Amino acid sequence: MSFVEVSPVVTPRARRRKILRRRFLRRPLAVAGLAVALAFVVAAIFAPWVAPYSSSATDFDHVLSHSSGKHLLGTDELGRDVLSRIVWGARASIEAGVLSTLLAMAFAVPIGLVAGFFRGWADTVIARLTDVLLAFPFLITAVGLSAIFGPSLTNATLALGIAAAPALIRIARGEALALREEDYVRAAVANGAGDLRIIARHVLPNMTSTLIVQATVLIPTAIIGEAVLSFLGLGVQPPTPSWGVMLSDAQSYLTQAPRLAVYPGLAIFLCSLSFNLLGDGLRDILDPRTTR
Amino acid sequence: MSAALLEVEDLSVRFATDDGDVHAVDRLSFSLAEREVLGVVGESGCGKSVSFMSLLRLLPETAVVSGRARFGDLDLLAASTARLRRIRGREIAFVFQEPMTSLNPAFTVGNQIGEVLRRHLGLSRRDAQARAVELLDLVRIPAPARRVKEYPHQLSGGMRQRVMIAMALACDPKILIADEPTTALDVTIQAGILDLMRDIRERLGTAIVLITHNLGVVADIADRVIVMYAGRKAEEAPVHDLYARPQHPYTIGLLGAVPRPGASRRLQEIPGRVPSLAQLPEACAFAPRCPRADDLSRSQVPELREVLPGHRVACFHPGPTPP
Repeated sequence: MSFVEVSPVVTPRARRRKILRRRFLRRPLAVAGLAVALAFVVAAIFAPWVAPYSSSATDFDHVLSHSSGKHLLGTDELGRDVLSRIVWGARASIEAGVLSTLLAMAFAVPIGLVAGFFRGWADTVIARLTDVLLAFPFLITAVGLSAIFGPSLTNATLALGIAAAPALIRIARGEALALREEDYVRAAVANGAGDLRIIARHVLPNMTSTLIVQATVLIPTAIIGEAVLSFLGLGVQPPTPSWGVMLSDAQSYLTQAPRLAVYPGLAIFLCSLSFNLLGDGLRDILDPRTTR
Repeated sequence: MSAALLEVEDLSVRFATDDGDVHAVDRLSFSLAEREVLGVVGESGCGKSVSFMSLLRLLPETAVVSGRARFGDLDLLAASTARLRRIRGREIAFVFQEPMTSLNPAFTVGNQIGEVLRRHLGLSRRDAQARAVELLDLVRIPAPARRVKEYPHQLSGGMRQRVMIAMALACDPKILIADEPTTALDVTIQAGILDLMRDIRERLGTAIVLITHNLGVVADIADRVIVMYAGRKAEEAPVHDLYARPQHPYTIGLLGAVPRPGASRRLQEIPGRVPSLAQLPEACAFAPRCPRADDLSRSQVPELREVLPGHRVACFHPGPTPP
């Protein structure tokens, strides 16, 4: 047997990371998605420094003004800077998108995993329940839940998280069902591992790439969901800016200043598109069948 | 023979299926001495893997196991799952057939060997890693200090099987059960693995059970051989005895089906097919395929009889030569 000598400083983990990075960089759409998504996240986190004005500062000399040096994207009916409101609005969107996804993961993954791993009647009950919940469209569930919870960003996030859970439960369960039959799980049992250890070492780590991809797909869905809820008055409450609220406000001025609807709409479009492209790219590079 | 390490009596395994019970193993008894290499031979589905997996309760829940399996002062079949968990991998270790898929792709091999050590022996992470390197060296993996940090996908099939053996040997078990350990490997690599097993027995004194359908493998390494047919033991003998004076017509048939270089005669196949295990006959299971079968074979189950010292056969008409 002969071995290709590798320099000892390159650990396998580092090498794998390098391979993944190279695969990622070879996908221009994914790189663009990552860049734009990052830009939105940075804008959201550093809104007070990025935005030229406060989101509620009014400039009554320039009401419904067009783009100008002073107001890059113009102003709304109260003379508020549209660009600033979009930057501040990213906060609500990113917060709702990321937190609701994390929330959904936090309880969907354990439920799905336990159901798929242990099977039995509990699995049957959980699987059929998720089937029932999946019969309701995501947005309908989210709207219904936030109507019950009451309007606020926190409640909207909660509603989005719960509405997203059934699909995730199904995915986690499916993964667990497949992974429990793996030979290395059988080998671990024969080596004396208990159920908890098998879940923690053999099942969960091998489903993380699926879960990561799922998360990047879920985030844009939740961002759109937040916009919808805020548009309907179930999410962020004025005067706090949110893209959905801006769209809703723009309705009354659609004939005089259609740009008031175009800019937040564009923001929603770009933000969710970028996360989707990122997710697609991640799915491609994490798929073991990918060779490029 | 020294005191038996493992003594199995009347082991039966049934699987409850929708089409009724399937009798995978029927009243199997055997013993395993310390430092012994026991070969278990038979066709696919004769119950050889199932019987050993049942000892450590590794079968699906549909399996109904009965009998006794004395290991030390413990009956494995009656032990609690928690107790068994401390035996699995610690005192009795398994090596499976599929080296390509038996390692977790998410962790380095060192991490996986180390896990067994940390769990059973309570070693620290650092000690476990150091011991993993020693173990890889023991199973003759070159450059173990580097290999220990590699992921399974970076190793070849033969190396992965060596890693599996290293993992099985990690806690210095008393018994190593190897279920078709070489079937998925190239012949040259196969020889290396068998050589390694022989070495392990010499150096560590581990008793080895080698489950295989390959008579050549058994001849190479085993001390004693059990031939199984349709869930029952057909013949049991010291290895040289079995090859020199096979008694059971099934064994004779198996040996006739082994290709020998230079022999001009045609390979002899055994006529007929393996019986369905759903309805085990109250007769010799081999009777429908046996040239020596008569009314007695077709009406009663033959009991094991000792025909030579240590050589037992379950046949009404045993003998070395086909009539």
